Amino acid sequence: MTANEFVAIAPLLVMALGATLVMLQIAFLRSVRLTGIVAIVSLLLASASCYYAMTVTPLQVGALLHADAYGLLFCTLFTLAGAVTCGLSLDYIQHHGDEPEEYFLLLILATLGACILAYAVHLASLLLGLELLSVSLYALIAYPNRSALPLEAATKYLVLSGAASATLLFGFALLYAATGTLSFSELGVELGRSDMGTALLMAGGAMILTGLAFKLSVVPFHLWTPDVYDGAPAPVSGFLASVGKAAVFVVLLRLFLDADLFRYEMLVKLTGLMAILSMLAGNLLALLQTNVKRMLAYSSIAHVGYLLIVLMICLDLGNRGIALEAAVFYLIAYTATTLAAFGLLTLINESQVEREQVQLQHVSGLFWRQPLLAGLMLVAMLSLAGIPLTAGFIGKFYLFSAAASGGNWALLAALIAGSAIGIYYYLRVVFYMTRGADEHRHTVDLAPNWSGKVLSCLLIASILLLGIMPQSLMAYLGSIL
Amino acid sequence: MMLELILLLLVGGAVAWQSERINPNLPRWVAMATVCLGLILLMSAVADIPSEKFSITADPTDAQSWLLYSRHEWIPRFGISLEFGMDGLSLLMLLLTLGLGAVAIISSWDEIEFKPGLFQANLVWTLAGVVGVFLSLDLFLFFLFWEVMLIPMYLLIAIWGHENRGYAAMKFFIFTQVSGLLMLLSIVVLAIQAADDGNISFSYGELLGSAPGGTAGMLTMLGFFVAFTVKLPGFPFHTWLPDAHTQAPTAGSVLLAGILLKTGAYGLLRFCIPLFPEASMQFAPVAMTLGVIGIIYGAILAFAQTDFKRLVAYSSVSHMGFVLLGLYAWNSLALQGAIMQMVAHGVSTAALFMMAGALQHRLHTRDMNRMGGLWHQAPRMGACAMFFAVASLGLPGLGNFVAEFLVLAGLFAVAPWMAAAAAIGLITAAVYSLWMMQQTFQGKPNDEHKMQDFGAREMSAMVVMIIALLWLGLYPQPVFDLTEPVLEGLQPLVADLPSTIAATIAGGTP
Repeated sequence: MTANEFVAIAPLLVMALGATLVMLQIAFLRSVRLTGIVAIVSLLLASASCYYAMTVTPLQVGALLHADAYGLLFCTLFTLAGAVTCGLSLDYIQHHGDEPEEYFLLLILATLGACILAYAVHLASLLLGLELLSVSLYALIAYPNRSALPLEAATKYLVLSGAASATLLFGFALLYAATGTLSFSELGVELGRSDMGTALLMAGGAMILTGLAFKLSVVPFHLWTPDVYDGAPAPVSGFLASVGKAAVFVVLLRLFLDADLFRYEMLVKLTGLMAILSMLAGNLLALLQTNVKRMLAYSSIAHVGYLLIVLMICLDLGNRGIALEAAVFYLIAYTATTLAAFGLLTLINESQVEREQVQLQHVSGLFWRQPLLAGLMLVAMLSLAGIPLTAGFIGKFYLFSAAASGGNWALLAALIAGSAIGIYYYLRVVFYMTRGADEHRHTVDLAPNWSGKVLSCLLIASILLLGIMPQSLMAYLGSIL
Repeated sequence: MMLELILLLLVGGAVAWQSERINPNLPRWVAMATVCLGLILLMSAVADIPSEKFSITADPTDAQSWLLYSRHEWIPRFGISLEFGMDGLSLLMLLLTLGLGAVAIISSWDEIEFKPGLFQANLVWTLAGVVGVFLSLDLFLFFLFWEVMLIPMYLLIAIWGHENRGYAAMKFFIFTQVSGLLMLLSIVVLAIQAADDGNISFSYGELLGSAPGGTAGMLTMLGFFVAFTVKLPGFPFHTWLPDAHTQAPTAGSVLLAGILLKTGAYGLLRFCIPLFPEASMQFAPVAMTLGVIGIIYGAILAFAQTDFKRLVAYSSVSHMGFVLLGLYAWNSLALQGAIMQMVAHGVSTAALFMMAGALQHRLHTRDMNRMGGLWHQAPRMGACAMFFAVASLGLPGLGNFVAEFLVLAGLFAVAPWMAAAAAIGLITAAVYSLWMMQQTFQGKPNDEHKMQDFGAREMSAMVVMIIALLWLGLYPQPVFDLTEPVLEGLQPLVADLPSTIAATIAGGTP
């Protein structure tokens, strides 16, 4: 490997180093705060090194990884998201577990897995990254709490996600049998040859789609989502919903582009169908929830549905540019917003010791008890609902523009119907928060720690910044895609 | 000036919010000062405009013909800019907005005890949003203000509303948001199909005359139409209004009825019809029918109410039907009438809602069956209520009469049968307005209630509105002069609308 190649994968190296450091530190000195800080610092260093790695892009690193602006952008996003999750977990984890230092180790590893996905241009590295992410998450979900719910959630996720990985792997094998290659771009070349056997390919393609759709929790592979999000500790749910999904979507998009899977119109239409189902089912089911975490779980299903319409738009080569921009912008906006929403739930959880579920009535009157938290939650909900001046709105506007220029009316109709339903349940949270101060009696308040407050302020500030001044990010996206 | 005005209101709201920490009575003074400063800023800017500019025919595509115009880059990726422009119509609407904003603050002067700072902040922020709507020339920016002004309004209803506030606030928000999404889609479609070589633009001036024809144009137009008709509110999208009005705090009702409804009419006049002349021409008979149905249906429902606020709310549906008719008749008379109706209805309904709020504050009920004979105890209130009730029924000499007369006169030239049907509204308005007076202020005095009459603060607001309506009714010419050049600029965009309608509606004489 040349020096440049090391530079190109510097973020991954920094994170690997950070993980080792954390492991060693835990072996000699158990201190939650110290471990947390080491983890945050190494993740921040990793994200800073993305900037450094940008200087040598684009560069192929071995057969498995490819460093380019697209991957590094998401690498930055994931490491930052990882750092934020660490920060939000610091106090939470002290309340909820004993000897929780390894929690941070697992978080670094999960982030590393997500970043590998951002680099992946080969089915092997795809699987590697995905498994690193998932296996860390199994443990993270069950880790900090000894009550039944997280264990149930982790078991559910372990079994189902394991099955999905197996399906995915089998799909890869079939693809390999048909084409003899695992690299995305070579797959594209091989698939282009006309003498390909289609039965194997179709089976393989269907299996790969199933596996990835499961990880993305797209309808009809979404059944695990609410239970897992509900059972997992709030910061982990946030990580799972944001980074966990964004990383898979990033690699899915790259797979479709590099291997030019858009030539299989049937496959793309299938994703369009899943997108419509996710938008509708996710939003309709979210309507029925009284538990905010479950509501956010269903809403995340709907948001992945919004994102998936991008693949349909990409079918038309003329609109591919704007569709990709839309997808990337939406992913960034969605990651920031989801992290903020779950982060605030974490803080609310903290102020209600030992209570893991957040029912709607638990946020009742939050505006008057915790004006800052409630204000931030308001922005997060408005961003999820896609109200102007927030990042979520610009993301949705991007999708609208992309879908309208492609003339995908069915998708647009579902997007509008979904967003319309969404407004109701997001607003319901806001309404509960504004209820009179006398209407809640079953809450114990602790002042949340300052680090959590600072972090959520930063997240909300970034959401508003992206919503009010999106031009610089748009220009950057335009230049790299 | 225009961006500064919006910023002033935003900052003023924030200051009002925080001033609560010093003294709970301070926010209302801060809010009042903000609105007055806004008025001064507006008037000083208007005073700087050379007077001959007020009389030249406005050309919406020419930046120079606006009274005030400013444009800054914002999101060049989509050709979105901070483009503001003010003409006579916007100026009139701004005066109405700030004036009624002051009335709204006065009407809730000592009604709010819970978090007065946040209340005044939301009130002033709503005004900021509405001012933005009346000034934006970029469609994206317009949409932004259109949506954002709902959030403080939502909070006003959801936090300080009456017994069923959650339901009402949610209904209000969902109706307007969903229709807003349709409008966003239409805006995007319009901009994309008008783009040449990927140079997309959302500027009003550049999008004029670029509407697609045929079915596409009709569907795109409908997105705008639905959004604006929901806000207007026009039949059949009016069902959110009675709930929102009834549950909103007094100041919220005043803002809703006086200003927010006018944004719908303004949107139709400024954007929907000029941007889609062809589709609007074809659609005019439907829109006018909806207007007539709204007039009669709203009046019938108003008569059936026992809740004071609900009655006034349904009367709004009826009165705004005239606006819809006037706009789609699209000739000078009818358009002037529609604009006059926007102003006069804004003032008279705001006053009636203020009256309803005052009654509720004193009697703790809005049920008219439990009122009666109140004139006895509160003669000043009774007199004011009488004045605004007869204004609302269209008594000659007051603004509403001028408005409705002009609409009917303009409409008669285009669609006489429609005009005949709409004229029924004048009779029904008399029925429900007088019925309302009889139920509340007249009849046998009821000594259960000991009611305080209007004080100096409330009377001053009432007197201002009374003078405004008298002035609009007796000497409406300044308003016509102000808006005439705007209408002359807009009308050629939809040149042959009246004759087309005449051809579509049987029995019409152009």
